[in-house]
Amino acid sequence: MNLATKDIRHNLGRFALTAVGIGMLLMVVMGMGGIYRGVVEDATLLIDSVGADLWIVQRDTRGPFAELSRVPSSLVYRAAAVPGVQTSREFVYHTIQRQRDGKPLRIAVLGLSWPTDRGEWIPLTAGRPLGQAHYEMIVDKTLGMSLGEQMTLGKETYTIVGTTSNMISSGGDGLAFFTVADAQAIQFETPGEAVRLERAARESRGEEFELAIQQPLMLQNAFRPTAQLPAVARPQVSAVMVTLLPGVDVEKVVETISGWGDVSVFTATGQRELLLKGSVEKVRRQIGLFRVLLTVIAAIIMALILYTLTLDKIHSIALLKLIGAPNTVILGLILQQALILGIVGFGIAYLVGQQLFPKFPRRVILADADLLQLGGIVLAISVLSSLLGIWKAMKVSPNEALS
Amino acid sequence: MTTNAIDAVGLTKIYGSGNTEVVAMRDATMHVRQGEVVALLGPSGSGKSTFLTAVGLINPPTGGQISIGGKLIQDGAAAQVNLRSFRRQHIGFIFQKSNLIPFLSAIENIQIAMELNGASKRNARHRALELMDYLGVADRADNLPSMLSGGQQQRVAVARAIANKPSVILADEPTAALDGQRGRQVMELFAKVAHEQGAGVIVVTHDHRALDVFDTIYEMEDGLMRQQSAKATAV
Repeated sequence: MNLATKDIRHNLGRFALTAVGIGMLLMVVMGMGGIYRGVVEDATLLIDSVGADLWIVQRDTRGPFAELSRVPSSLVYRAAAVPGVQTSREFVYHTIQRQRDGKPLRIAVLGLSWPTDRGEWIPLTAGRPLGQAHYEMIVDKTLGMSLGEQMTLGKETYTIVGTTSNMISSGGDGLAFFTVADAQAIQFETPGEAVRLERAARESRGEEFELAIQQPLMLQNAFRPTAQLPAVARPQVSAVMVTLLPGVDVEKVVETISGWGDVSVFTATGQRELLLKGSVEKVRRQIGLFRVLLTVIAAIIMALILYTLTLDKIHSIALLKLIGAPNTVILGLILQQALILGIVGFGIAYLVGQQLFPKFPRRVILADADLLQLGGIVLAISVLSSLLGIWKAMKVSPNEALS
Repeated sequence: MTTNAIDAVGLTKIYGSGNTEVVAMRDATMHVRQGEVVALLGPSGSGKSTFLTAVGLINPPTGGQISIGGKLIQDGAAAQVNLRSFRRQHIGFIFQKSNLIPFLSAIENIQIAMELNGASKRNARHRALELMDYLGVADRADNLPSMLSGGQQQRVAVARAIANKPSVILADEPTAALDGQRGRQVMELFAKVAHEQGAGVIVVTHDHRALDVFDTIYEMEDGLMRQQSAKATAV
C-alpha cells in the first residue's frame, strides 16, 4: 500500500495548490536559466551565422559588439589582398532609437557589403535577401514590422523585403539589415541646416587659411557636398569580415594582418569569447546568482512545506509506529511525497513556462541540458528538503498516538 | 506446562526526579495465561494506562520485567528485542479513541496492519473484509474514518487489532464509544479471539455490565495492582 499517494489523494486540493506554488517557483528558476541561454544565443547569433573566419577591427579595441570600432572602408581591399583570403566584406553595426506609433523603437542596424553580401546567409522567415543597393531592408519580427511595409529613417524611406525570427543583438534589440551605404546614411544622417552650417564654417575657416587667400577659387569647394571633397575621407565602417580559402592556415593570415599597425584581428571563436567574457559575462553572473538564490529559496520553501505536511501527519506517523511500521515505511511516506511534489512542480514549471516564456520580450531558451540539470537539482532539493520532515517523524514517539 | 501469554513482574514507572518525582506505577505484577481475558479496573490516574502502555512496549517501565510468550522482552528500561517489530507481530492495540489513519479507508486501515506484517495485498484485503463483515461494518469498507460513526470507527479499530492474530491484545476503554449491545459484542469478540487463538487479552474498562465476560479482574489504585477475582462476576 502506498501511503504517500493515499495521503495526497486525501488532501488533493491542498497538495495541488502546493505543487502549483512550487511549480511557479521552479518556473522562475527555469526561466532564469532560459534567459541566460537567450542572452548568450542572441549575443553570439550574428557571429555564428554571418560566416566570417576573421574579424578585423580598430587597433586595440574588442570589436564592434563590445565597443565602438572604426576602420577605413578601404581596409576591405587591403584584407582581400592578403594571401589565403577568399573574400572580405565591410561590416557596419550600430544601434538607433526612433519613435514609431508613439513608442520608442530600438533597432540594431547592420550594414551588408553590397553586392558581395546580399544577406543570403540570413535565415529568412519570409521575403527575400536584399535585391538592390539602396532603400531595402530586412527586419526581425521583434521590431513589429511586416513584409512590404515602409519605414523612413533619416531622409530615406526603406521597404521591408524580408523578415527574420529571433535575430536579436546582444542588447536585445531586433536586427535590421541594410546595405553598408544605407546603414552609414542612417548612422551619419545630418539635417539640412547642420550641413549648411558646416559648409559655412568650412568657408569661414578657409577665409583665414593662407592658401585660400592666395587662391580664392578654393573657397568655392567648401560649399560642395562632403562626399565630393577629396580631402574628406569616406565614412568609416565598424569592422571588416574576412572569409578564408579552404585549407588555409588561419594563424598565418592572423599573423600577417596583426602586423598592420592600425587594426587588430580576431578569429570568429575569439570574437565569440570576447563577447561572452565581456558584455555577457556580468549578465551571466547576475542571472547565475539569482538562479542560485531562487534555488535555495525553493529548497527552503519546499523544506517548510514538507515539514508542515509531516506535522499534519504526526498522529498518523505515531500510530503507524505504534502498530509496528518500520522506519522505512515512514521515511518512504515523506520522501515519496517530497519527490512527487518536486516532480509535479517541475512538470508544472515546464508546462506553464512553455506557454509563458514565448510572450517575454527577450528570448527564453529552455535547453535540454539545462532542463536535465534543473531536474537533477529538483530531485536533490526534494530529498534534502524532506530531511527536516523525516527528522521530525523519526523523533515522534508511538505514545503520541495515545495523546 | 504452557507458558503465559503475558508475565509482567514488579513493574514500576517513575516520572521525573527529586522534588518532581511521580510514581505512576509501583511493583505491578500480572500474569495472563494464553486464552485468558483480563479486565483492569481502577479510577482515573490510578496507573492503568501506564501499565497497559508498558506491557504494550510503548512506554518502557523504570523497573521490572515483561515477558511475552515466555520470552523476556523488557528488563527494566532495557529492551531485549526490536520493540516495534515485536509489537507488529505479537500485539494488537485498541484505544478509547479509534485511532484510525485519516487518509486511509476503513478497509485500508485494517489492511495496512497486515501488509506491514508481510501479508500480500490480496490476502490482507480478503481477511479485512471478513473481519469487517463479522463486526458489521463491511458496508463501510471504502469509507474514510471521518465518514464513520464513533462506534463504526471503533469496530474497524478492533478489526485492525486482531487482524494479525496477535498473541497479546491490549484494549484501553474500547467500548466507551459503543452502545451497550455493541460494547458487549466487542468484549465477547475479545473472549472469542482469546480462546480461539490462545491470545492473552487485557482490557481496561469502566463498563461493569460486561464483566462476566472476563476470566480475571485486576484493579489498580494509586499505582498499585491487586487481583480482585479469579473469575469475574457481574458487579
